[in-house]
Amino acid sequence: MAALWRRRLLGVSGLCRTVRALSGKNEYDLLIIGGGSGGLACAKEAAQFGRQVAVLDYVEPSPQGTKWGLGGTCVNVGCIPKKLMHQAALLGSALKDAQHYGWNIAQPVHHTWSVMAQAVQNYVKSLNWGHRVQLQDKKVKYFNMKGSFSDLHTVRGLTKAGKETIVTAENIVIATGGRPKYPMHIAGALEYGITSDDLFWLKESPGKTLVVGASYVSLECAGFLTGIGLDTTVMMRSIPLRGFDQQMASLVTEHMESYGTKFLKRCFPTKVEKLESNRLKVTWKNTDLGTEETDSFDTVMWAVGRAPDTETLNLEAVGVKTNSETGKIIVDASEATSVPHIYAVGDITEGRPELTPTAIAAGKLLAQRLFGQSSELMDYDNVPTTVFTPLEYGCVGLSEEAAVQCYGSDNIEMVCLREREQRILGLHFIGPNAGEVIQGFALGIKCGATYPQLMKTVGIHPTCAEEITKLHITKRSGLDATVTGC
Amino acid sequence: MCNLHNGEGAQNLQEGQCEVTAETSQPVGFVQEKQLGDHEKTLKAHKEGKPQKLLEMNGHTPVPHAYDYDLIVIGGGSGGLAAAKEAARYEKKVMVLDFVTPTPLGNSWGLGGTCVNVGCIPKKLMHQAALLGQALQDSRKYGWQFTEEVKHNWMTMTESVQNYIGSLNWGYRVALREKNVTYENAYGEFVGPHTVKATNKRGVEKLYTAERFLIATGERPRYLDIPGDKEYCISSDDLFSLPYCPGKTLVVGASYVALECAGFLAGLGLDVTVMVRSILLRGFDQDIANKIGEYMEEHGINFIREFVPIKVEQIEEGTPGRLRVTAKSTKGNQIIEGEYNTVLLAIGRDACTRKIGLDKVGVKINEKTGKIPVNDEEQTNVPYIYAVGDILQDKLELTPVAIQAGRLLVQRLYGGATSKCDYVNVPTTVFTPLEYGACGYSEEAAVEKFGEENIEVYHSNFWPLEWTVPSRDNNKCYAKIICNIQDNERVIGFHVLGPNAGEVTQGFAAAIKCGITKEQLDNTIGIHPVCAEIFTTLSVTKRSGENILQAGC
Repeated sequence: MAALWRRRLLGVSGLCRTVRALSGKNEYDLLIIGGGSGGLACAKEAAQFGRQVAVLDYVEPSPQGTKWGLGGTCVNVGCIPKKLMHQAALLGSALKDAQHYGWNIAQPVHHTWSVMAQAVQNYVKSLNWGHRVQLQDKKVKYFNMKGSFSDLHTVRGLTKAGKETIVTAENIVIATGGRPKYPMHIAGALEYGITSDDLFWLKESPGKTLVVGASYVSLECAGFLTGIGLDTTVMMRSIPLRGFDQQMASLVTEHMESYGTKFLKRCFPTKVEKLESNRLKVTWKNTDLGTEETDSFDTVMWAVGRAPDTETLNLEAVGVKTNSETGKIIVDASEATSVPHIYAVGDITEGRPELTPTAIAAGKLLAQRLFGQSSELMDYDNVPTTVFTPLEYGCVGLSEEAAVQCYGSDNIEMVCLREREQRILGLHFIGPNAGEVIQGFALGIKCGATYPQLMKTVGIHPTCAEEITKLHITKRSGLDATVTGC
Repeated sequence: MCNLHNGEGAQNLQEGQCEVTAETSQPVGFVQEKQLGDHEKTLKAHKEGKPQKLLEMNGHTPVPHAYDYDLIVIGGGSGGLAAAKEAARYEKKVMVLDFVTPTPLGNSWGLGGTCVNVGCIPKKLMHQAALLGQALQDSRKYGWQFTEEVKHNWMTMTESVQNYIGSLNWGYRVALREKNVTYENAYGEFVGPHTVKATNKRGVEKLYTAERFLIATGERPRYLDIPGDKEYCISSDDLFSLPYCPGKTLVVGASYVALECAGFLAGLGLDVTVMVRSILLRGFDQDIANKIGEYMEEHGINFIREFVPIKVEQIEEGTPGRLRVTAKSTKGNQIIEGEYNTVLLAIGRDACTRKIGLDKVGVKINEKTGKIPVNDEEQTNVPYIYAVGDILQDKLELTPVAIQAGRLLVQRLYGGATSKCDYVNVPTTVFTPLEYGACGYSEEAAVEKFGEENIEVYHSNFWPLEWTVPSRDNNKCYAKIICNIQDNERVIGFHVLGPNAGEVTQGFAAAIKCGITKEQLDNTIGIHPVCAEIFTTLSVTKRSGENILQAGC
């Protein structure tokens, strides 16, 4: 009897889908708006459960007209191109190092932007293609359309040519990410400035560049531009790398300064004008001196933050709540928005780290919960990350400031340790290959590693990572942390 | 320690790192499981006489003053120096005897032992030189333009490597002096209970007594014992300071020393052949060892397998000269000949324990290997004589292990600590052209210990992002973990083949020390885009035989 009952239930649900398809309603089990890291991961995972899945992806051209293919920020205008350009800069230092190691490189050594950009762009395009193929292989329907809600289960897709398609789905995931902000109040900002959305797709060298902002995007871009030999200036209004450990942040910027990146600190731009020479004249205010200063640049890049791409989604139509200040979508622990069958993952969600691997993990877990009888939630604690500044900075866990705030300064030992059990709260590493170094330690911290356990780990000689197993000077002690010899 | 690049970046890089790192590790001091606190506190306690009391409580008698020294360390390498400096912190009277017996070709070097002079340090720097050769090629694809032909100058490299080593030698001398450790550049050998004879370069002999001794004499390269080997061949003891480019080189052996040297020599543009008797990298995971061999072959290194040299003759003197090597098959009577400029022997290393008078004091050695058996507190069969480092039987031949063992030993002897050196799950890296990092069991060892059915092996190829633009070596890098199914899929083996393998492995080693499981690994968020993130997304088991080639992002 029980078996029969079960069979009948299966039959019913099977029937439902047919009915929906026939009536032209809810043709998909899952619709994803946004084909970036999180959206694609969620789509592919859901497809593996044999579900009908569709992805809507559309890249609104940047104000300068730059656009790109499937894959979202990370692949097209984020992690991938930036790390490759960072690598180009590192290879510039390698060329200098190489001479000390016996390689006879005749001077002069030049860098040609277009060669690098072409190589990077070709690789990115191969990834775009790879994503297309993967969706096809997994039988995920892909629409190159901009999506907006028309009702709870219906999304209107609009192609570049203005052709409209209606897509209906049982569950909908919003994963449209964020885009760089423009300081709209500054005259000439929008007209003459570019953002990271344009930088990686420039065909010609940006030349003498002003990068405005103190975010990791700003410092990373300024770092590699300097590294490939461009005259680069960073203008920042207040502190670098807000939210990151501030001691580490100043080490990063000090290193950049010593390698030729110029910094205009406590300055903010007031206008950008185009000169007859086609150069850009930037006027700014120096808040230290109370003076107004100007200089001319070939390129002005804004890296003043990113804003969620929610405006065109028509969220009001379905009642998905956003944070009115940030514009980000409010989600619960299961990534559900205020509307139960509508979810959101990635950079668009409020209070979540804006990182590719978290978006991917969140998207996958969501698909598993929706279709795979899983109940596992995404754990956003102790997510490791790396800033690819010339001197790389990797970290996991709390910054010193945050740790002091959580536990009080009396309970914090060094950057990373709490007394008594000495569980590691945060680990910060500055040096080459910081990402490679920090990944394994992130795992240790996830497992609640303690300082004694770290000390019991034998180092690998000679590597940079072994230093972490040898940390013994507490910051509190004020002892000199300079390494002498081996 | 990270000051490996002599380039302009090094200084600042080091300055940056200095803020977060430090040379000497002095972890926490324990007295019968009761934590005293960090080393500052321990030292403070010591000065107040607390450890003395605690030691007495632990059943030790107060230190008698009849001996010249509290501790004499024989051998100024990584383990010996670490122990000596540590002992000095407890205000002990310490002496270090260090003497480098010249190689058959007459090379010798300064204070610091194998790692600093003829091991890890110069080999990683020369490996780096080879990597930079690859970087030069890559850099063109990244938009850098310079003349087509770039030649490598052996002398420029060797001089800068030797200068750096010289600075480390000097640093050790200064550190010993600052810590009031007596240093004698003399050969130490036991002549009677609690007594050593120190013989310096000029043959002047002195006798010293001490309450305790630490043997840390390390190992030296083995020779083949065939005609011409000591006359014409070099070892790794000679290579790093060779005053001329070695030219066409035959590397004999399949140890990590052999493969590392062959790798960087080829990377510098030399014609390199490796002669292997049987398998590569004995003791390491063989699946990985073979991948390392394949990669080296693909990158132009010749391998002659199942042959051993039987004779080396000089055809022509010079720098380098020309040598004829005759080799015999290990499987039959086939004889082959080859001409090389340099023959580098890397067939193994022997412990320096047979000429230091151990028989005079009754310290037992393994007669076959020359290694010294010790208990879990690094104590030999003679209670007042201890040993650390490469000369220990059944222990690991690694610098950081020797350092840790030496420090912990001294903390137990003089600081009332109880912590013992843990020789389990020690990570290591082989700096072959494609670097190999490992921690825990090899696949073979895991199968043998737990049974094939009880282990699950997860693996994947990967393609470092940096290699995509130059479009090279796709799907050569490899990640593998071995889990014990019976124990909640606990990770018992970690293997990575790829760039910066050592940097990648270190953190995972710490995590393995904490007993991580596959599930925890899966729950860890990756760092994008780095190589190490591959370990957070391993899903294909080796058993399944599924495709592990990576396509796309």
